[in-house]
Amino acid sequence: MALLEVRDLKMYYRTLRGHVKAVDSVSFEIEKGKALGIAGESGCGKSSMAITVLRLLPGNGSILGGSIRMNGLDLLDMSEEAFRKSIRWKRISMVFQGAMNALNPVHRIGEQIVEAITTHENVSRSEAVRRARELLDMVGISPKRFGEYPHEFSGGMKQRVVIAMALACHPDLIIADEPTTALDVMVQAQVLKAMEDLRKKLDLSMMLITHDLAVIAQTCDAVAIMYAGKIVEYGDVVDVYESPAHPYAMGLVKAFPNIGAERSPVRSVPGFPPNLLSPPEGCRFHPRCPLSDEECKQEEPQLRDIGGVGHKVACHKAGVIGKGVDIWEQ
Amino acid sequence: MGAVATAPSAAPIEAGGAMVEVEGLVKHFPVRRTVFQSLKGGLPVAVRAVDGVSFTVRKGEVFGVVGESGCGKTTMGRTIIRLLEPTSGSIRFEGTDIIKLGPDDMKKLRRKMQIIFQDPYESMNPRMDVYRIISEPLRIQEVAKSSDEARAMVEGALVDVEMTPPDEYISRFPHELSGGQRQRVAVARALVLNPEFIVADEPVSMLDVSIRGEILNLMLNLSREKGVAFLYITHDLATARHICDRIAVMYLGKIVEEGHTDDVVKHPLHPYTRALIGAVFVPDPRRKGLELVMRGEVPNPVNPPSGCRLHPRCPLAKDICKEIEPEFAERGRGHKVACHLA
Repeated sequence: MALLEVRDLKMYYRTLRGHVKAVDSVSFEIEKGKALGIAGESGCGKSSMAITVLRLLPGNGSILGGSIRMNGLDLLDMSEEAFRKSIRWKRISMVFQGAMNALNPVHRIGEQIVEAITTHENVSRSEAVRRARELLDMVGISPKRFGEYPHEFSGGMKQRVVIAMALACHPDLIIADEPTTALDVMVQAQVLKAMEDLRKKLDLSMMLITHDLAVIAQTCDAVAIMYAGKIVEYGDVVDVYESPAHPYAMGLVKAFPNIGAERSPVRSVPGFPPNLLSPPEGCRFHPRCPLSDEECKQEEPQLRDIGGVGHKVACHKAGVIGKGVDIWEQ
Repeated sequence: MGAVATAPSAAPIEAGGAMVEVEGLVKHFPVRRTVFQSLKGGLPVAVRAVDGVSFTVRKGEVFGVVGESGCGKTTMGRTIIRLLEPTSGSIRFEGTDIIKLGPDDMKKLRRKMQIIFQDPYESMNPRMDVYRIISEPLRIQEVAKSSDEARAMVEGALVDVEMTPPDEYISRFPHELSGGQRQRVAVARALVLNPEFIVADEPVSMLDVSIRGEILNLMLNLSREKGVAFLYITHDLATARHICDRIAVMYLGKIVEEGHTDDVVKHPLHPYTRALIGAVFVPDPRRKGLELVMRGEVPNPVNPPSGCRLHPRCPLAKDICKEIEPEFAERGRGHKVACHLA
């Protein structure tokens, strides 16, 4: 059984102009100790999915259907009280986008980690302090800096403190939403390396949300590509990167400049994502797709297996496109 | 559809003669001291953002400046077009030393040099529509003789950035445009005066990856078709590798390596360049392995390390690196490096 199993999850935001279909019938699973990358352009619903799993929705967001199960336990069925006490931060924790700016500037770094521990677990202060020092050490920060303030730390170090906080209660799953986007290349490599080492050591599962396919390639086992609130392709990273089957995935994979490759033009996926208040009928990608026809405009494609280990794609044309054909050429 | 631009390899690597020659450029920002600190004496303290940089941008080439944040690349870009006054050094634009120019001559010369800023959400006045944004340089420079001529020039600039038909976009406001479209407007605003040199400061880092290629290829086409020279400032070596003719790598206010893109990327000589290349993630799941090549972060430019500025972070550092600053020396084919051990 998978650690986390999400089935047909629907989450809409109510606005004055109608429902924003941010997460629309999304299904995926994460095995124990594995990492799933969720990729897509801004506004595709990937961050909304993260806060749905943690049940941190704003007042106008509501879950309209589907299920989220963790080790078989239905997380949407639980009361808010029970979820807060036994799941959030204890079993599933999160590293938010730009989380380093969320540290309280007037509290010492160590105390902020201690607070995360004592809020969720019934331990003595001295025990919490001991664990906080241990956590700092784990993320590569000297425990001597326990008493320093956030302004004495660089961006990369602050981000590591936030990761230490996310690990404070020994969760099974970490949701990381663009954990390194605000960091410099060199520091990004350092932080991701620290995260990877810890994940392996602690046998943690991870859901990594990012627009950066290169980061997913380097850290994840599986990948889900989202477009306009839906998963359009899903599978093992090697399958998806080497033989992408959805036109959007094909374009996105090609849009990533590879420093190791020969000099070539930088590619793009022309057009921009639709407004989720009224997404296009049929396949949501059809207005940008070079292959779309009448069928794509009218009928919504379902995710279906196309071989490989659970390699799935939602496209009417998958299979029609010959192997190695570059549909984005010209 | 604009997905693919002309192959850059088809373009001549050796572009024309010198467009911008920068020599010994220094820009220090003084740090304000308290009365007590100044009474105590000692040398005035300054952030040494750009600390002796020399290079040449040739006509029609895309010259990349790559480095981590805080290395001084943005300050350098702004100083070159005199948005900031340099502390010392010279900047020659087609042979004229622009630092010596008075305000009137400088204003005239500004027609030839433009800049594209990083953030398309903050570099535009939200109350101006696309027409006013793009025509503002025409008004300031008093270039257009009539409003019809101004309109024609704005439309021409929109066509150049592939926002067609121009009528559809010309009266929109920034909030009615996507990020990629805004950055196209920023490029159009830079282009409307037909400049010969454009500083592009991280023009795509705020954009989604799926549309970065459009803006980069647009720049590449402009340099190939109109002969516009670009100074492309970025932290992203992967994109620089694909659009730049030559690259300079900056660290703490100095250029540590410079050369043709292929030479720098395939045969990096400086340990810092190697580390930067090693830190770039590859979108290839079979080539896993986050190699940690360099620890730590860029030190404070108020008080840079002695000798080679990289020595506290450099895995190869020897005693000589701590004491003597390495010379920026040519190693053949225009490939220069500042390292004792290269």
